[in-house]
Amino acid sequence: MTTRYVDHVMGMPISLAVRGRHAADERARTAWAEVMASLRWVDRVFSTYRPDSFVSRLDRGEVEVAECPPEVAEVLALGELAERRSGGAFRVRRAGVGLDPSGVVKGWAAERAAVHLEALEDTDFCLSAGGDLLCRTLDPDAEPWRIGVEDPHDPTRLIAVVPVFTGAVATSGAAHRGPHVVDARSGRPPTAVASVTVVTASLTWADIDATTAYAHDRDAASWLSGQPGRAGLVVWSDSTTTTV
Amino acid sequence: MRRIVLWLLSTITVLVLLFGYRTSLSGPTVATAVRPPTDPGTGGTTDSRTVTGPSVDTRWGPVQVQVTISGGKVTAITVPVYPDGNRKDQEINARALPILVREALDAQKADVDMVSGATVTSEGYVESLQGALDQAGL
Repeated sequence: MTTRYVDHVMGMPISLAVRGRHAADERARTAWAEVMASLRWVDRVFSTYRPDSFVSRLDRGEVEVAECPPEVAEVLALGELAERRSGGAFRVRRAGVGLDPSGVVKGWAAERAAVHLEALEDTDFCLSAGGDLLCRTLDPDAEPWRIGVEDPHDPTRLIAVVPVFTGAVATSGAAHRGPHVVDARSGRPPTAVASVTVVTASLTWADIDATTAYAHDRDAASWLSGQPGRAGLVVWSDSTTTTV
Repeated sequence: MRRIVLWLLSTITVLVLLFGYRTSLSGPTVATAVRPPTDPGTGGTTDSRTVTGPSVDTRWGPVQVQVTISGGKVTAITVPVYPDGNRKDQEINARALPILVREALDAQKADVDMVSGATVTSEGYVESLQGALDQAGL
């Protein structure tokens, strides 16, 4: 029996499915409240839409990194690592745009919030932050979580299903928000690729790598296949697909 | 029914062959347990049976697929023999591979727990697949 919880933060829906010992009891409700509190804190610190967030103040030069919560330095370091791995396609700071660590924050924040669910004994969960998700399965007899991958050409359809016991799935594309990801090298949004889905152990890296591969446009599949420990699906603009 | 099962077996063998290439290059392999959302369109019988396909030799090792049919529907697909097959490694599948389905999402029929897609906004959520899924399960 799976229990579901839904709430909203950072302008996106957070969905949780829980099964096992603490699926619907007080412990589950407390953990869910802690997950949401954790995400709201991240929003207050990192949001580029909030002029009073640490990231906005940092971008305006009003505070130093050392004056921010240590998580800010952690995310900036992640962004730097992501930039280096991406060959320049992924950047958290660009001319004319300023500091925008959004490409790193979402998966990182959801993975960080999930520690409250990991504390639940004998309990399996699947937590989704706006379409990027993290699964855990402890029960050896359980079925894997079944993750549907949205068809970027028709978001009312699924294009694939991934059975995941424990691990993360993240997808990058323009289906819902329009072209908000650009290749930092050219400044232009991708045209050859419609979406990239990455499956790996860490949600932080699933999210970063899905965005990075997507920014690589026609090189999305070849870039992703060069990253160790990643599996995934690239859906091209002409509706063909490549499984990595 | 039998023809459908054989078709599935051959299809799945091909998928496994395709998947086998990458996994054999990059460490522990993974078997997936799947209930495809497709309705084979037969229905009727309620008995459960398991059909095991032939073991096929590939350049990455032998591959064999097993399909369980219950109530006229495929309820499980397992890969008992897999290149570099190691039961322990198959238990955790963070690197599970997407299986192409092309399904319209009727939340229940597709039988998925969560949907991964380009970031859904709170405004668009109600009309999204994930929204339909949560509505059905809440």
